[in-house]
Amino acid sequence: MTREAAVNAVILLLLVAVPGWALYADEPFTITLATRAVIFALAAVGLNIALGLGGLVSLGHAVYFGLGGYAMGVLASHAQNYTPLMEWPFVIEGTKSMPVIWLTAIVVSAIAALLIGLLALRTSGVYFIMITLAFGQMIYFFAISWPAYGGEDGLSIYVRNGFPGLNTLVPIQFYGLCLALLLIVLLFSALLARSPFGLALNAARQVPHRVETVGLDPVRLKLVALVISGAITGLAGALFADLNRFVSPTMLSWQMSGEIMVFVIIGGVARLFGPVAGAVIFVLLEHLLGGISEYWQVFLGIVLLLIVLSGKGGVIGMLAGRGRAHD
Amino acid sequence: MTDAILSTHGITKSFGALKASDDITLDLRPGEIHAVIGPNGAGKSTLIGQISGSLAPDAGTVRFLGQDVTRETVRARAQRGLGRTFQISALAMEDTVLQNALLGALGASGRPWRFFGSALRNRPLRDRAEAALDRVGLGDVASVRTAELSHGQRRLLEVAVALTLDPKAFVMDEPMAGLGSEGSKQLTGFLDSLRTEAPILLVEHDMDAVFALADRISVLVYGRVIATGTVDEIRADPAVREAYLGDAA
Amino acid sequence: MSPILIAEQVLNGLQFGVMLFLMAAGLTLIFGVMGLINLAHGSLYMVGAFAAAAVAGATGSFLLALVAALAAAALAGALVELVVIRRLYNRDHLDQVLATFALILIFSEGTRWLFGSFPLYLDIPAWLSGPVTLPGGIQYPLYRLALIVLGLLVAVGLWLLISRTRIGIQIRAGENDREMIAALGVDISKLYTLVFALGAGLAGLAGALVGAIQSVQVGMGEPVLILAFVVIVIGGIGSIKGALIGAVLVGLTDTLGGIFLPELFKLFADPATATATGSAFASMAIYILMAAVLVWRPTGLFGART
Repeated sequence: MTREAAVNAVILLLLVAVPGWALYADEPFTITLATRAVIFALAAVGLNIALGLGGLVSLGHAVYFGLGGYAMGVLASHAQNYTPLMEWPFVIEGTKSMPVIWLTAIVVSAIAALLIGLLALRTSGVYFIMITLAFGQMIYFFAISWPAYGGEDGLSIYVRNGFPGLNTLVPIQFYGLCLALLLIVLLFSALLARSPFGLALNAARQVPHRVETVGLDPVRLKLVALVISGAITGLAGALFADLNRFVSPTMLSWQMSGEIMVFVIIGGVARLFGPVAGAVIFVLLEHLLGGISEYWQVFLGIVLLLIVLSGKGGVIGMLAGRGRAHD
Repeated sequence: MTDAILSTHGITKSFGALKASDDITLDLRPGEIHAVIGPNGAGKSTLIGQISGSLAPDAGTVRFLGQDVTRETVRARAQRGLGRTFQISALAMEDTVLQNALLGALGASGRPWRFFGSALRNRPLRDRAEAALDRVGLGDVASVRTAELSHGQRRLLEVAVALTLDPKAFVMDEPMAGLGSEGSKQLTGFLDSLRTEAPILLVEHDMDAVFALADRISVLVYGRVIATGTVDEIRADPAVREAYLGDAA
Repeated sequence: MSPILIAEQVLNGLQFGVMLFLMAAGLTLIFGVMGLINLAHGSLYMVGAFAAAAVAGATGSFLLALVAALAAAALAGALVELVVIRRLYNRDHLDQVLATFALILIFSEGTRWLFGSFPLYLDIPAWLSGPVTLPGGIQYPLYRLALIVLGLLVAVGLWLLISRTRIGIQIRAGENDREMIAALGVDISKLYTLVFALGAGLAGLAGALVGAIQSVQVGMGEPVLILAFVVIVIGGIGSIKGALIGAVLVGLTDTLGGIFLPELFKLFADPATATATGSAFASMAIYILMAAVLVWRPTGLFGART
């Protein structure tokens, strides 16, 4: 077993053991914290596909996170008010069913990623960063000024949505559901990296002109990576809204985009478990430092600055040694 | 001229006041190595760009396998069977040698949209990639990271990636650049055997290699072809001697 | 809608655009010369505003406040360049984004720590308040008019600096060829600190000037920063001219969109719905403008063609 695999195994063990202990010790708040970490991890695993594999520095992933959240909010609010979502040309009812909500979140985020990607991938480098940030801000302002779904105040959902066979109101059951999704997506992400598509995308990040000369389209490869990436982050957004039973434009804000990126970087770019480690550490810092000082983000900023300037490839990089130079 | 695999007809390209390509007409026939030589700044890279599709000529046409491909992308020309190698290695340095060759095999398969299953364990892809590596003698270092290869080995890998595509013609941008005499000799021997498979348009600085390999040579000076002919004709050409005096000959 | 109202909105758009230009000019200069994407530029805008509010509160002088804003932001910029930014020039954009994101966190929370979460207010001085009557009988706030004039003066000053002075020659050389400029014997690290401080000073000035119309609070910089990015995408990276034209386009689009789109929607819907829908879409107008420019010219109106 390589050192990185050992580190991954420890992380995985913690994700099972800590909530298990919390259940035994009757500490539901710890379970909620763990759920928050797992959902953030899921969002970051999504971003890591675009960022780590595709080299796409998307500073607008809050769009997908937020749209996933609103997919939940809109469907569930119509269901709790017994009003249809739309009546023409055909009737669409709201729903409180998680699988339907997830599917909607994935599809809506994927479509948004496709549209943003089509425009943003006409450029590269800093332009790409600024454009993804700008489109993020566009959706954010739209959500604030569109009055139908709460505008700036957001939408509250009274009862968590349901999943067949589970009582999602029990914290550990909801946690288990989120963890299962994270593991499925991690498996998918690992398979993707080794697949023919992953091979081509990996090359498109490093040497796009080479990819063209073997007859493949690097831009289309990156676009598909962005769509997959956005869809996963969208799913995480739906779960996050369900965790809080609340969705607001904050989920769409540029700070959220920055944070999702921070999860990836603290852990380690292009590492399978990097986003997971990063999200866990972020939630821990938020909880521990937040308990000491209201201004804990100053310390977060300093930690982040040190991690970036040290150039060691995040926490996984520090623990397991450099896997690959990130260019 | 009808039997030319690849040809340019009066292609012209300017960058501001500089005419980098001035009415260039040349062709590549089956079974031959056609070398393009010229001093630095003669417009060799611009010519290659227009042939491979990364630059659009201001005027003139490029034909490949009987089709006008002047307006086609790099990708479309690659799919038609134009195999290109780069002067500065364009390899994924973080990846293994085999992964680089697999990329070529994947391009040849035309099916990159496979999200499951290991690329490394895909038999058809792997067979194709390994065959190409074996042909250039890199079979033994297949699992080495490309960044750790010697300069000469990277040049060979460039050629191997092009080979995975089974091209109908090769366009090679200074494949000998930076090779020692041993490496250069080795690659010369290999290219010599390759011409029967597909003709090679060889842009090269290494005169020993050019004179050893080329069936025909075109001499490019200030964006113009000042002479085209056999090795002996070019050696004897007064204009060429003048252009090259003190340069490379 | 009366022509006077339209003229007033055009002036508002112009004023907004000119302030965006102060932000975008610094960003585009820093990117052009050092190849750095600086997310913390919005923090320098905030630093300027807070410095101005603090000095105006203590001295009562608006001019001193503006000087303080310029100086504080330029100083903060130089400091940040020396301590953090210069370690980032040879890093990839991802590292630059993260390190400057970290700087935002430090600046924002640090400011909240010092000044608290409540907004400060910076008053327009008496000699600049009140309306003036423009030709055609338009009543327009004197202060906003002064902003337009000042912004345009800065634009002219920047143009003179870059086209007519030694420093400007060095900046232009730095944009084209870094090795060349080192070979000319220019101390490149000093030049970088200077350019960064200049950009920071402009951002701080903008923060103070706008702070007198809006409120001075933590987080005020980032929305403006993102708009400045839109300006740069439209104008083209590295081009001061592009930054000016892009900024005015964005300013006008945003202001006029906010007025006309609700009116437009009133043609199809009842007034309440039209106002809500119209303003929701108006908030998207500049981004749609950006998208259109991207489709037409991916490197911006005045960006380098590749």
